[in-house]
Amino acid sequence: MQITVTVNGTARTADVEPRMLLVHLLREEFGLTGTHIGCDTSGCGACTVLLDGTPVKSCTMFGVQADGREITTVEGLLEGGQPSAMQAAFKEHHGLQCGYCTPGMMLVGQALIDRNPDPSEEDVRWAISGNVCRCTGYMNIVTSIQAAAEATREAAAQPASA
Amino acid sequence: MLPSRFDYHRADTLDEALDLLATHGDDAKVLAGGQSLIPMMKLRFAYPGHLIDINRMPGLDQIAEQDGELRIGALVRHNALAASDVVQAKHPTIAATAPQIADPIVRNLGTIGGSLSHADPAGDLGSTMLATGASVVLTSKARGERVVPIGEFLVDTFTTSAEPDELLTQIRVPTPGAGSGGTYLKLERKIGDWATVGVAVALTMSNGAIGRAGLALTGVGLKNIEATDAEHAIAGAEPTDEAFAEAGRKAAAAASPVADVRGSEEYKRHIVEVYVRRGLAQARDAARAA
Repeated sequence: MQITVTVNGTARTADVEPRMLLVHLLREEFGLTGTHIGCDTSGCGACTVLLDGTPVKSCTMFGVQADGREITTVEGLLEGGQPSAMQAAFKEHHGLQCGYCTPGMMLVGQALIDRNPDPSEEDVRWAISGNVCRCTGYMNIVTSIQAAAEATREAAAQPASA
Repeated sequence: MLPSRFDYHRADTLDEALDLLATHGDDAKVLAGGQSLIPMMKLRFAYPGHLIDINRMPGLDQIAEQDGELRIGALVRHNALAASDVVQAKHPTIAATAPQIADPIVRNLGTIGGSLSHADPAGDLGSTMLATGASVVLTSKARGERVVPIGEFLVDTFTTSAEPDELLTQIRVPTPGAGSGGTYLKLERKIGDWATVGVAVALTMSNGAIGRAGLALTGVGLKNIEATDAEHAIAGAEPTDEAFAEAGRKAAAAASPVADVRGSEEYKRHIVEVYVRRGLAQARDAARAA
Protein backbone atom coordinates (compact mmCIF):
# COMPACT_ATOMS: atom_id res chain seq x y z
CA MET A 1 0.00 0.00 0.00
CA GLN A 2 1.32 3.42 -1.03
CA ILE A 3 1.43 5.93 1.83
CA THR A 4 2.76 9.43 2.39
CA VAL A 5 3.79 10.47 5.88
CA THR A 6 5.25 13.81 6.90
CA VAL A 7 8.21 12.88 9.07
CA ASN A 8 10.02 15.68 10.88
CA GLY A 9 8.56 18.17 8.44
CA THR A 10 9.40 16.29 5.23
CA ALA A 11 6.85 14.32 3.19
CA ARG A 12 8.07 10.74 2.69
CA THR A 13 6.41 8.06 0.62
CA ALA A 14 6.68 4.31 0.98
CA ASP A 15 5.02 1.20 -0.39
CA VAL A 16 4.39 -0.97 2.65
CA GLU A 17 2.56 -4.07 3.80
CA PRO A 18 -0.38 -3.08 6.02
CA ARG A 19 1.03 -5.20 8.84
CA MET A 20 4.24 -3.16 9.00
CA LEU A 21 4.36 -1.37 12.35
CA LEU A 22 5.07 2.34 12.43
CA VAL A 23 8.35 1.76 14.28
CA HIS A 24 9.61 -0.49 11.46
CA LEU A 25 8.46 2.02 8.85
CA LEU A 26 10.51 4.71 10.57
CA ARG A 27 13.59 2.61 11.23
CA GLU A 28 13.77 0.36 8.18
CA GLU A 29 12.06 2.29 5.37
CA PHE A 30 13.07 5.79 6.40
CA GLY A 31 16.37 4.95 8.13
CA LEU A 32 15.47 6.87 11.29
CA THR A 33 16.95 4.59 13.93
CA GLY A 34 16.64 7.08 16.76
CA THR A 35 13.27 5.53 17.55
CA HIS A 36 14.03 2.45 19.64
CA ILE A 37 12.26 -0.86 20.02
CA GLY A 38 12.18 -1.81 23.68
CA CYS A 39 9.64 -4.29 25.00
CA ASP A 40 7.72 -4.56 21.70
CA THR A 41 4.57 -5.15 23.77
CA SER A 42 3.35 -1.58 24.42
CA GLY A 43 4.73 -1.43 27.94
CA CYS A 44 7.97 0.55 27.93
CA GLY A 45 7.59 3.69 25.81
CA ALA A 46 11.04 3.47 24.16
CA CYS A 47 9.37 3.61 20.72
CA THR A 48 7.37 6.76 21.50
CA VAL A 49 6.98 9.25 18.65
CA LEU A 50 4.66 12.22 18.23
CA LEU A 51 1.62 11.77 15.97
CA ASP A 52 0.36 15.25 15.08
CA GLY A 53 2.11 16.42 18.25
CA THR A 54 0.70 13.73 20.57
CA PRO A 55 2.83 10.92 22.01
CA VAL A 56 2.01 7.43 20.72
CA LYS A 57 3.80 4.10 20.91
CA SER A 58 5.04 3.37 17.40
CA CYS A 59 5.20 -0.38 18.11
CA THR A 60 1.43 -0.31 18.66
CA MET A 61 0.33 1.42 15.50
CA PHE A 62 0.55 0.36 11.87
CA GLY A 63 2.51 2.48 9.41
CA VAL A 64 -0.55 2.73 7.16
CA GLN A 65 -2.39 4.50 9.98
CA ALA A 66 0.11 7.36 9.69
CA ASP A 67 -0.78 7.99 6.03
CA GLY A 68 -1.37 11.73 5.58
CA ARG A 69 -0.34 12.56 9.12
CA GLU A 70 2.67 14.17 10.78
CA ILE A 71 5.22 12.19 12.76
CA THR A 72 7.98 13.68 14.88
CA THR A 73 10.86 11.42 15.89
CA VAL A 74 13.82 12.24 18.10
CA GLU A 75 15.75 13.26 14.97
CA GLY A 76 13.13 15.97 14.49
CA LEU A 77 13.99 17.63 17.79
CA LEU A 78 17.21 19.08 16.32
CA GLU A 79 16.92 22.79 15.60
CA GLY A 80 19.09 23.91 12.69
CA GLY A 81 21.47 21.03 13.33
CA GLN A 82 21.85 22.01 16.98
CA PRO A 83 20.43 20.23 20.03
CA SER A 84 17.07 21.62 21.09
CA ALA A 85 16.46 22.92 24.60
CA MET A 86 15.16 19.45 25.55
CA GLN A 87 18.22 17.66 24.19
CA ALA A 88 20.61 20.18 25.75
CA ALA A 89 18.89 19.80 29.11
CA PHE A 90 19.20 16.00 29.08
CA LYS A 91 22.93 16.38 28.34
CA GLU A 92 23.47 19.09 30.96
CA HIS A 93 21.54 17.37 33.75
CA HIS A 94 22.58 13.77 33.05
CA GLY A 95 19.05 12.78 32.09
CA LEU A 96 20.35 9.52 30.67
CA GLN A 97 22.79 6.73 31.27
CA CYS A 98 22.45 4.03 28.61
CA GLY A 99 20.23 6.23 26.47
CA TYR A 100 17.79 3.56 25.36
CA CYS A 101 14.67 5.21 26.78
CA THR A 102 15.90 8.73 26.03
CA PRO A 103 14.22 9.40 22.66
CA GLY A 104 10.84 8.50 24.15
CA MET A 105 11.49 10.50 27.30
CA MET A 106 12.51 13.60 25.34
CA LEU A 107 9.52 13.43 22.99
CA VAL A 108 7.06 12.97 25.87
CA GLY A 109 8.80 15.85 27.64
CA GLN A 110 8.55 18.02 24.52
CA ALA A 111 4.85 17.26 24.08
CA LEU A 112 4.32 18.13 27.74
CA ILE A 113 6.07 21.50 27.66
CA ASP A 114 4.42 22.40 24.35
CA ARG A 115 1.12 22.14 26.23
CA ASN A 116 2.25 23.19 29.68
CA PRO A 117 5.25 25.56 29.63
CA ASP A 118 5.82 25.35 33.40
CA PRO A 119 5.14 21.78 34.52
CA SER A 120 5.45 20.83 38.19
CA GLU A 121 7.46 17.78 39.22
CA GLU A 122 4.14 15.97 39.60
CA ASP A 123 3.11 16.97 36.05
CA VAL A 124 6.37 15.62 34.67
CA ARG A 125 6.22 12.37 36.61
CA TRP A 126 2.63 11.85 35.46
CA ALA A 127 3.57 12.56 31.82
CA ILE A 128 6.47 10.09 31.78
CA SER A 129 4.61 7.38 33.70
CA GLY A 130 4.27 5.38 30.47
CA ASN A 131 8.01 5.41 29.83
CA VAL A 132 10.34 2.99 31.59
CA CYS A 133 13.95 3.86 32.46
CA ARG A 134 16.08 1.13 34.05
CA CYS A 135 19.14 3.29 34.74
CA THR A 136 18.42 6.64 36.28
CA GLY A 137 15.68 6.22 38.85
CA TYR A 138 13.97 9.06 36.93
CA MET A 139 15.32 11.87 39.14
CA ASN A 140 17.51 13.43 36.46
CA ILE A 141 14.94 12.87 33.74
CA VAL A 142 12.43 14.93 35.72
CA THR A 143 15.09 17.59 36.36
CA SER A 144 16.01 17.67 32.67
CA ILE A 145 12.44 18.14 31.45
CA GLN A 146 11.83 20.92 33.98
CA ALA A 147 15.12 22.57 32.97
CA ALA A 148 14.13 22.36 29.29
CA ALA A 149 10.82 23.99 30.14
CA GLU A 150 12.62 26.80 31.94
CA ALA A 151 15.11 27.31 29.08
CA THR A 152 12.24 27.38 26.60
CA ARG A 153 10.36 29.98 28.65
CA GLU A 154 13.49 32.11 28.90
CA ALA A 155 14.16 31.86 25.17
CA ALA A 156 10.56 32.87 24.46
CA ALA A 157 10.99 35.93 26.68
CA GLN A 158 14.11 37.09 24.77
CA PRO A 159 13.86 39.42 21.76
CA ALA A 160 13.68 37.45 18.50
CA SER A 161 17.08 38.78 17.37
CA ALA A 162 18.92 37.23 20.36
CA MET B 1 6.95 -9.05 16.32
CA LEU B 2 4.83 -8.95 13.21
CA PRO B 3 1.15 -9.78 13.01
CA SER B 4 0.06 -12.26 10.38
CA ARG B 5 -1.01 -10.81 7.02
CA PHE B 6 -4.35 -9.07 6.67
CA ASP B 7 -6.24 -6.94 4.19
CA TYR B 8 -6.44 -3.35 5.40
CA HIS B 9 -9.60 -1.32 4.84
CA ARG B 10 -9.97 2.28 5.82
CA ALA B 11 -13.63 3.07 6.46
CA ASP B 12 -14.20 6.80 6.14
CA THR B 13 -17.93 6.61 6.82
CA LEU B 14 -20.22 4.52 9.01
CA ASP B 15 -21.85 3.08 5.87
CA GLU B 16 -18.51 1.89 4.56
CA ALA B 17 -17.63 0.27 7.89
CA LEU B 18 -20.99 -1.50 8.13
CA ASP B 19 -20.70 -2.71 4.51
CA LEU B 20 -17.25 -4.11 5.23
CA LEU B 21 -18.47 -5.81 8.40
CA ALA B 22 -21.47 -7.27 6.55
CA THR B 23 -19.15 -8.66 3.87
CA HIS B 24 -16.22 -9.92 5.96
CA GLY B 25 -18.09 -10.70 9.18
CA ASP B 26 -16.30 -13.28 11.25
CA ASP B 27 -12.94 -12.79 9.58
CA ALA B 28 -12.76 -9.06 10.32
CA LYS B 29 -11.66 -7.00 13.29
CA VAL B 30 -12.37 -3.31 13.78
CA LEU B 31 -9.27 -1.20 14.41
CA ALA B 32 -9.99 1.72 16.73
CA GLY B 33 -7.16 2.76 19.08
CA GLY B 34 -5.50 -0.60 18.56
CA GLN B 35 -3.91 -0.53 22.00
CA SER B 36 -5.16 -4.03 22.84
CA LEU B 37 -5.85 -5.42 19.35
CA ILE B 38 -2.40 -4.72 17.89
CA PRO B 39 -0.54 -6.38 20.80
CA MET B 40 -2.92 -9.36 20.47
CA MET B 41 -2.15 -9.53 16.73
CA LYS B 42 1.59 -9.24 17.31
CA LEU B 43 1.42 -12.14 19.77
CA ARG B 44 -0.72 -14.04 17.20
CA PHE B 45 -3.54 -14.42 19.69
CA ALA B 46 -5.62 -12.64 17.05
CA TYR B 47 -5.15 -13.06 13.31
CA PRO B 48 -8.04 -11.42 11.47
CA GLY B 49 -8.02 -11.67 7.69
CA HIS B 50 -9.43 -8.17 7.41
CA LEU B 51 -8.79 -5.08 9.48
CA ILE B 52 -11.33 -2.26 9.28
CA ASP B 53 -9.77 1.01 10.39
CA ILE B 54 -12.45 3.39 11.71
CA ASN B 55 -10.10 6.04 13.08
CA ARG B 56 -10.96 8.59 10.40
CA MET B 57 -14.70 8.12 10.62
CA PRO B 58 -16.26 11.47 11.62
CA GLY B 59 -18.82 11.84 14.39
CA LEU B 60 -17.79 8.97 16.64
CA ASP B 61 -15.53 11.07 18.87
CA GLN B 62 -18.25 13.22 20.44
CA ILE B 63 -19.39 13.40 24.07
CA ALA B 64 -22.85 14.92 24.52
CA GLU B 65 -25.77 14.96 26.94
CA GLN B 66 -29.15 13.97 25.56
CA ASP B 67 -32.38 12.67 27.13
CA GLY B 68 -30.89 12.36 30.62
CA GLU B 69 -27.93 10.35 29.36
CA LEU B 70 -24.32 10.95 28.54
CA ARG B 71 -23.71 9.74 25.00
CA ILE B 72 -20.10 8.86 24.39
CA GLY B 73 -18.94 8.12 20.85
CA ALA B 74 -17.10 4.83 20.49
CA LEU B 75 -13.96 6.58 19.23
CA VAL B 76 -13.55 8.86 22.25
CA ARG B 77 -9.96 8.38 23.46
CA HIS B 78 -9.36 7.77 27.16
CA ASN B 79 -7.51 11.06 27.58
CA ALA B 80 -10.40 12.95 25.96
CA LEU B 81 -12.84 11.20 28.29
CA ALA B 82 -10.70 12.20 31.28
CA ALA B 83 -10.54 15.82 30.10
CA SER B 84 -14.27 16.16 29.31
CA ASP B 85 -15.98 18.94 31.30
CA VAL B 86 -19.32 17.15 31.48
CA VAL B 87 -17.67 13.92 32.64
CA GLN B 88 -15.80 15.78 35.36
CA ALA B 89 -18.89 17.70 36.45
CA LYS B 90 -21.52 14.96 36.45
CA HIS B 91 -19.96 11.50 36.11
CA PRO B 92 -17.55 10.97 39.01
CA THR B 93 -17.10 7.22 38.46
CA ILE B 94 -16.04 7.72 34.84
CA ALA B 95 -13.93 10.75 35.77
CA ALA B 96 -12.07 8.63 38.31
CA THR B 97 -11.60 5.72 35.92
CA ALA B 98 -10.36 7.36 32.74
CA PRO B 99 -7.02 8.70 34.08
CA GLN B 100 -6.20 5.27 35.57
CA ILE B 101 -6.49 3.28 32.34
CA ALA B 102 -3.15 1.90 31.10
CA ASP B 103 -0.61 4.74 30.84
CA PRO B 104 -0.73 8.31 29.44
CA ILE B 105 0.63 7.35 26.01
CA VAL B 106 -1.77 4.44 25.57
CA ARG B 107 -4.61 6.74 26.65
CA ASN B 108 -3.81 9.05 23.74
CA LEU B 109 -4.95 6.36 21.29
CA GLY B 110 -7.05 3.86 23.26
CA THR B 111 -10.81 4.30 22.87
CA ILE B 112 -13.82 3.55 25.06
CA GLY B 113 -15.52 1.51 22.32
CA GLY B 114 -12.42 -0.52 21.67
CA SER B 115 -11.79 -1.14 25.33
CA LEU B 116 -15.35 -2.38 25.95
CA SER B 117 -15.37 -4.49 22.79
CA HIS B 118 -12.10 -6.11 23.83
CA ALA B 119 -13.93 -7.35 26.97
CA ASP B 120 -10.81 -7.96 28.99
CA PRO B 121 -11.82 -8.92 32.56
CA ALA B 122 -8.94 -6.69 33.69
CA GLY B 123 -10.36 -3.76 31.70
CA ASP B 124 -11.33 -0.83 33.89
CA LEU B 125 -14.17 0.63 31.84
CA GLY B 126 -16.27 -2.55 31.86
CA SER B 127 -16.67 -2.29 35.62
CA THR B 128 -17.38 1.41 35.46
CA MET B 129 -20.10 0.87 32.88
CA LEU B 130 -21.66 -1.90 34.99
CA ALA B 131 -21.64 0.25 38.12
CA THR B 132 -23.19 3.23 36.32
CA GLY B 133 -25.87 1.17 34.56
CA ALA B 134 -24.66 2.01 31.05
CA SER B 135 -25.73 0.56 27.70
CA VAL B 136 -23.98 0.23 24.37
CA VAL B 137 -25.39 0.95 20.93
CA LEU B 138 -24.64 -1.74 18.35
CA THR B 139 -25.16 -0.79 14.73
CA SER B 140 -25.42 -3.03 11.68
CA LYS B 141 -26.43 -2.71 8.05
CA ALA B 142 -29.09 -5.39 8.36
CA ARG B 143 -30.77 -4.46 11.62
CA GLY B 144 -29.95 -0.83 12.27
CA GLU B 145 -29.32 0.15 15.90
CA ARG B 146 -29.98 -1.85 19.04
CA VAL B 147 -29.31 -0.73 22.58
CA VAL B 148 -27.83 -3.42 24.82
CA PRO B 149 -27.31 -3.12 28.61
CA ILE B 150 -23.60 -3.49 29.36
CA GLY B 151 -24.22 -6.57 31.50
CA GLU B 152 -25.65 -8.36 28.46
CA PHE B 153 -22.87 -7.08 26.22
CA LEU B 154 -19.94 -8.36 28.30
CA VAL B 155 -20.49 -12.10 28.00
CA ASP B 156 -17.18 -13.71 28.87
CA THR B 157 -13.43 -13.22 28.67
CA PHE B 158 -12.72 -11.41 25.37
CA THR B 159 -16.29 -12.18 24.31
CA THR B 160 -19.22 -9.81 23.76
CA SER B 161 -22.74 -10.29 22.47
CA ALA B 162 -22.05 -8.15 19.38
CA GLU B 163 -22.80 -10.00 16.15
CA PRO B 164 -20.01 -10.21 13.55
CA ASP B 165 -21.69 -7.55 11.39
CA GLU B 166 -22.23 -5.11 14.25
CA LEU B 167 -20.17 -2.07 15.21
CA LEU B 168 -20.24 -0.58 18.70
CA THR B 169 -20.97 3.06 17.89
CA GLN B 170 -21.97 4.69 21.19
CA ILE B 171 -22.03 4.24 24.95
CA ARG B 172 -24.97 5.64 26.93
CA VAL B 173 -24.62 6.39 30.62
CA PRO B 174 -27.58 7.61 32.71
CA THR B 175 -26.83 10.99 34.26
CA PRO B 176 -26.72 10.51 38.05
CA GLY B 177 -29.30 12.52 39.96
CA ALA B 178 -28.66 15.03 42.72
CA GLY B 179 -26.92 13.58 45.76
CA SER B 180 -24.70 11.22 43.82
CA GLY B 181 -21.07 10.25 44.24
CA GLY B 182 -18.77 7.70 42.75
CA THR B 183 -15.20 6.61 42.29
CA TYR B 184 -12.91 3.98 40.82
CA LEU B 185 -10.26 2.47 43.04
CA LYS B 186 -7.51 0.50 41.33
CA LEU B 187 -4.60 -1.45 42.75
CA GLU B 188 -1.79 -1.93 40.26
CA ARG B 189 1.87 -2.83 40.67
CA LYS B 190 2.88 0.04 38.42
CA ILE B 191 1.21 2.41 35.99
CA GLY B 192 0.35 0.53 32.82
CA ASP B 193 0.04 -2.87 34.48
CA TRP B 194 -3.28 -4.68 34.48
CA ALA B 195 -5.35 -4.12 37.59
CA THR B 196 -4.61 -6.47 40.46
CA VAL B 197 -8.05 -5.41 41.62
CA GLY B 198 -10.32 -2.58 40.53
CA VAL B 199 -13.60 -1.49 42.12
CA ALA B 200 -16.12 0.86 40.49
CA VAL B 201 -18.63 2.58 42.75
CA ALA B 202 -21.66 4.67 41.73
CA LEU B 203 -23.86 5.77 44.60
CA THR B 204 -27.05 7.83 44.59
CA MET B 205 -28.60 8.95 47.87
CA SER B 206 -32.32 9.32 48.40
CA ASN B 207 -33.67 11.23 51.44
CA GLY B 208 -30.47 10.55 53.34
CA ALA B 209 -30.55 6.81 52.66
CA ILE B 210 -28.89 4.83 49.89
CA GLY B 211 -31.02 5.02 46.77
CA ARG B 212 -29.04 3.18 44.15
CA ALA B 213 -25.66 1.57 44.68
CA GLY B 214 -23.71 0.34 41.66
CA LEU B 215 -20.70 -1.85 42.41
CA ALA B 216 -18.51 -3.72 39.93
CA LEU B 217 -15.18 -5.48 40.08
CA THR B 218 -12.15 -5.61 37.78
CA GLY B 219 -9.57 -8.35 37.45
CA VAL B 220 -11.16 -10.85 39.81
CA GLY B 221 -13.10 -13.13 37.48
CA LEU B 222 -13.65 -14.25 33.90
CA LYS B 223 -15.26 -10.92 33.13
CA ASN B 224 -16.07 -7.65 34.89
CA ILE B 225 -18.38 -8.65 37.73
CA GLU B 226 -21.34 -6.65 38.97
CA ALA B 227 -21.59 -7.30 42.72
CA THR B 228 -25.38 -7.52 42.74
CA ASP B 229 -25.70 -9.15 46.18
CA ALA B 230 -23.74 -6.30 47.67
CA GLU B 231 -25.80 -3.72 45.76
CA HIS B 232 -29.09 -5.22 46.96
CA ALA B 233 -27.86 -5.59 50.53
CA ILE B 234 -27.45 -1.86 50.97
CA ALA B 235 -30.15 -0.40 48.70
CA GLY B 236 -32.50 1.58 50.93
CA ALA B 237 -30.21 1.26 53.95
CA GLU B 238 -28.64 4.03 55.97
CA PRO B 239 -25.20 4.89 54.51
CA THR B 240 -23.25 3.77 57.55
CA ASP B 241 -19.79 2.28 57.75
CA GLU B 242 -21.42 -0.96 58.96
CA ALA B 243 -23.59 -1.14 55.84
CA PHE B 244 -20.55 -0.52 53.67
CA ALA B 245 -18.58 -3.21 55.49
CA GLU B 246 -21.41 -5.65 54.76
CA ALA B 247 -21.32 -4.64 51.08
CA GLY B 248 -17.56 -5.23 51.09
CA ARG B 249 -17.99 -8.75 52.45
CA LYS B 250 -20.70 -9.58 49.91
CA ALA B 251 -18.61 -8.18 47.04
CA ALA B 252 -15.59 -10.19 48.16
CA ALA B 253 -17.79 -13.29 48.07
CA ALA B 254 -18.87 -12.43 44.51
CA ALA B 255 -15.27 -12.16 43.32
CA SER B 256 -13.60 -15.25 41.91
CA PRO B 257 -9.97 -14.25 41.58
CA VAL B 258 -7.11 -16.55 40.66
CA ALA B 259 -3.68 -16.44 42.23
CA ASP B 260 -0.96 -15.02 39.98
CA VAL B 261 2.15 -12.86 40.22
CA ARG B 262 -0.03 -9.99 41.41
CA GLY B 263 -1.24 -11.81 44.51
CA SER B 264 -3.05 -14.76 46.03
CA GLU B 265 -6.75 -15.38 45.77
CA GLU B 266 -7.16 -14.47 49.43
CA TYR B 267 -5.22 -11.23 49.02
CA LYS B 268 -7.33 -10.11 46.06
CA ARG B 269 -10.59 -10.86 47.86
CA HIS B 270 -9.34 -8.84 50.79
CA ILE B 271 -8.58 -5.91 48.52
CA VAL B 272 -12.08 -6.13 47.02
CA GLU B 273 -13.59 -5.96 50.51
CA VAL B 274 -11.46 -2.98 51.53
CA TYR B 275 -11.94 -1.09 48.26
CA VAL B 276 -15.72 -1.55 48.22
CA ARG B 277 -15.95 -0.27 51.78
CA ARG B 278 -13.59 2.62 51.10
CA GLY B 279 -15.11 3.50 47.73
CA LEU B 280 -18.64 3.61 49.13
CA ALA B 281 -17.54 5.85 51.99
CA GLN B 282 -15.81 8.21 49.55
CA ALA B 283 -18.88 8.24 47.30
CA ARG B 284 -21.17 8.96 50.25
CA ASP B 285 -18.99 11.82 51.44
CA ALA B 286 -18.84 13.27 47.92
CA ALA B 287 -22.62 12.96 47.55
CA ARG B 288 -23.18 14.80 50.82
CA ALA B 289 -20.74 17.53 49.85
CA ALA B 290 -22.33 18.03 46.43
